[in-house]
Amino acid sequence: MSYTAWILLAASLVGVSCGLVGVLLILRRMAMMADAISHTVLLGIVVAYLVTLQLSGIHMFIGAVVAGLLTAVLVQWFHQLGVQQEASIGIVFTTLFAIGVILIATKAGNAHLDVQHSLMGEITFIPWNKVLLPLVGEVPKAVVSLVIVLIVILTVLLLFYKEWKLTSFDAVFAASIGIPVTLMHYVFMSLVSITSVAAFDAVGAILVIAMLITPASAAYLWTDKLSIMLVLSSIFGIISAFSGYYMAVLLDTSISGAMALATGIIFLISFIGAPRHGVIAKHRRGHAKSTATIN
Amino acid sequence: MNFLSYNAQWVLLSTLLLGMAAGVVGVLSYWKRQSLMSDTLSHAALPGVVLGFIAVGTKQLPAMLIGAAISALIGAWLVLWIRSSSRVKEDAAMGIVLSVFFGLGIMLLTYANRMPGGGQSGLDNFIFGQAASMVRSDVMLLTILAISVIFLVYLFFKEWKLALFDPSYAQGLGLSVKSMNILYTSLLVLVIVIGIQAVGVILIAALMIIPAVSARYWTDSFGRMLVLSAIFGGGAGVCGTLLSTLGKGWPTGPFIVVAAAAMFVISLLLGTSKGLLVILYQRKRAQLKRQNTILAEQAVEGGRG
Repeated sequence: MSYTAWILLAASLVGVSCGLVGVLLILRRMAMMADAISHTVLLGIVVAYLVTLQLSGIHMFIGAVVAGLLTAVLVQWFHQLGVQQEASIGIVFTTLFAIGVILIATKAGNAHLDVQHSLMGEITFIPWNKVLLPLVGEVPKAVVSLVIVLIVILTVLLLFYKEWKLTSFDAVFAASIGIPVTLMHYVFMSLVSITSVAAFDAVGAILVIAMLITPASAAYLWTDKLSIMLVLSSIFGIISAFSGYYMAVLLDTSISGAMALATGIIFLISFIGAPRHGVIAKHRRGHAKSTATIN
Repeated sequence: MNFLSYNAQWVLLSTLLLGMAAGVVGVLSYWKRQSLMSDTLSHAALPGVVLGFIAVGTKQLPAMLIGAAISALIGAWLVLWIRSSSRVKEDAAMGIVLSVFFGLGIMLLTYANRMPGGGQSGLDNFIFGQAASMVRSDVMLLTILAISVIFLVYLFFKEWKLALFDPSYAQGLGLSVKSMNILYTSLLVLVIVIGIQAVGVILIAALMIIPAVSARYWTDSFGRMLVLSAIFGGGAGVCGTLLSTLGKGWPTGPFIVVAAAAMFVISLLLGTSKGLLVILYQRKRAQLKRQNTILAEQAVEGGRG
């Protein structure tokens, strides 16, 4: 496969993984939790690096999942101690992220790990770093880990589809019929963490947030059905990956930045033009029955 | 060690005032339950900073700050618009604005760094903050802005209190909630604009969230909370700046955040109003009291029997 094809494949894999996880994030109203976790995985990666002195896949994943769960647990704990949920998220992730940045600046700073990279990713380097796999041939490492993460996400999502649906739409009811809501919450946080770290390496922390939240929010404006929303969100993720890449090549600028912008454009189109929940549709309906209030 | 040089003293003064300004505005955000809005708006400021640079062509702080203010305000307006006219919730709206604006900012940054003189302009410092990169005129400007933020909060103290805690009564008195909201958003944007050079767009939100929450552990009064939050914020600003001068090229922002976080942990444990130790002590005392009453009752029962 050509250089461009690998980049597009990696970015599309990020789009699909994030698109799927993002839908649950939106429905569970945990968008800012994703913002938090995508920042704190940095600390996990740095600590894993400092302990093992290598940047290999599995260490980074373990570090990131621990950091992600630590974020979720700390946010929950401070919240129980009376800190507002929002403030609690704000305290935890900025602090953990700051510690991560300090560790990089003072200890771990080298060619493999720098702050710039972690924020924006280096998608252009992905095709260079290959491993030899049986049957398939040479495949970029990042693509391998993204495929594994996508398989994990799909498995967890499809195996417990009904449970995810119930806990996302009506947690109280789900708890009342015996679904372990708390366990599912932490499983979900782990999913967000592994998605973040896989995508993090490819596209950086900021694009992870864009890919997690924006395509799913756009899909939320088109449909009420969970299954369709999952499919749409993934498709939006892939479209953002492709259009972002070509926009970046055309303007000779940051690829991950352009992909984030592309998700924003898709959201804007949905926000204005979506059939039932778009601004135009609402405006029309508002004219049709002037007395009725929608929302 | 040259951190007490003449220039460094000015830098310290400006981070002190920045921390204080962020601290007082943070209290307003805390009671408006909008802590993460500051995070969103600070990320949203990045494209404006870079556009300000591109428009002028050299690193002129005023142009970049005006750019930052405009793009943060557009971000604020977009969050409001998305939330009010679609089914997308506020947190998702904030995430969208935050990441898309930041993405745009990075695109522009890549472009600006290729411009003649762009690579050396230190634009990257706006992401994590580099207090030492400030020159005298920057410090002057930021100091004046920070003082005016603190003064505006002080001046409208009564109005804030009413608008935050009793909005319906405030409206009855003829206080326009809408204009208070506009003033609040302007203050928020001002603090972000002041903070981006020293703390950076990613972490400036921490300086508005952490001191306010820490102050909450020491007092229930709005006024005292403002003062304490200003002290915590200012303290974090100074400590963080001093710490970051210990190493060459260390970013300032993360150290300021860690200093603030240390104050939070202390407040969480020792705070006299809601601190863990106080709560533990009260619980123990209540338990002891209950045990004593039970013992006394048993004694009375025993005496009867």
